[in-house]
Amino acid sequence: MKKASFLDPTKPSGSDSAHSISSPGLRGSWVCFLTLTYLLLTSTLHAQVLGGPGIVQRSLMRSGISFSSADLRATQSDDSLNPSFLWIDQGQRLWQEGSRSNTLDHPSCAACHQDSQQSMRGVSMKYPRWDKSTSRLINLEGQINACRTQRQHLMALPHESDELLALTALVSLASRGLVLSRTLDDDLKPALSRGQSRYETRMGQNNLACMHCHTQNAGQHLGGETISQGQPHAYPAYRLEWQRLGSLQKRLRACLSGVKAEIWPFGSQELTELELYLSFRGEGLAIESPGVRR
Amino acid sequence: MTARILLPPNPKVGVKLDIRILIQHPMETGFRHDISGAAITKNVIHHLSFDLDGITLFSGELGTGTSANPFLQFSVILPHSGWLQLKWVDDEGNTGTERVLCNLSP
Repeated sequence: MKKASFLDPTKPSGSDSAHSISSPGLRGSWVCFLTLTYLLLTSTLHAQVLGGPGIVQRSLMRSGISFSSADLRATQSDDSLNPSFLWIDQGQRLWQEGSRSNTLDHPSCAACHQDSQQSMRGVSMKYPRWDKSTSRLINLEGQINACRTQRQHLMALPHESDELLALTALVSLASRGLVLSRTLDDDLKPALSRGQSRYETRMGQNNLACMHCHTQNAGQHLGGETISQGQPHAYPAYRLEWQRLGSLQKRLRACLSGVKAEIWPFGSQELTELELYLSFRGEGLAIESPGVRR
Repeated sequence: MTARILLPPNPKVGVKLDIRILIQHPMETGFRHDISGAAITKNVIHHLSFDLDGITLFSGELGTGTSANPFLQFSVILPHSGWLQLKWVDDEGNTGTERVLCNLSP
């Protein structure tokens, strides 16, 4: 309350207050000081480059698992209970064998990258990235498929196939526990601002933007569910609803279906831009992939 | 289809072990319909057994009430070290096996 009175020029400065300011020059410098303090505080809270109504303050950011039941938290925290590890096992086999004929023409992932948990550490959080050769934004799934078609001379894996999810989960697992942090390159800026505006723009028959649920009403209830902050750091994740592992884009499509909006196709620029925005928005959270969600 | 058999670290002779099994399987109940309205055929793991060198330690009949990717846990005192083998068969006649070597320390 005292703070407000400093800034309120209509309020007479009472002599009873120890902090009263009488001269207008001094008052101006107080305003300056408070503004600077505020700016300094907010800049440390948001080391991220983002602004806008969609972001969650760093100090209030929560992992999606904290909105879940104790049972689900236990399932995620124990690798022998976490069903995502069925896909991790499959990913480890695929990483080693690549194609069945592990030849010079069709090298396995391990032939170039050796041990996935060493060489891929921190890699998953660099995606989505701007691909100069195709002038497109590509996510981790897109990169795995690019590697398959260009380096391994194999067919691209279909979206949401067990094989693609298994490899994505294996690469993401190598970054587990690292703090999500991104660097903003100049060529990412246009895509990031498009992703941000998608997050903040109303869409669909329900006329809702992502931020209306996941920023403004996170922690509130929607039917029997608690609305999460929409953080991307546990994907690919095993969802009980799907009864299988699924990518972040599959989760985003489920939300688009929920607000009765046009459901963008897998790998589309629209979804990937949203994925990019979420990765910047979630900076500071520890990576949990492969997670478990409702 | 993948399966995982998880043993506690450093299993010992004469000590009760909690063995965990996780099998990748859709466990289709037969109660669901696809997008065109056609019934999806029931396909669940109906029989599962767990052996130590051919001796059955545990077996079970699973039904439509079991979730997809079933998780099972049971406790056993193993008589000796050996190969633990999991076998299952589903309604489509597909079978799966997974085995792991268990070395008991005295």
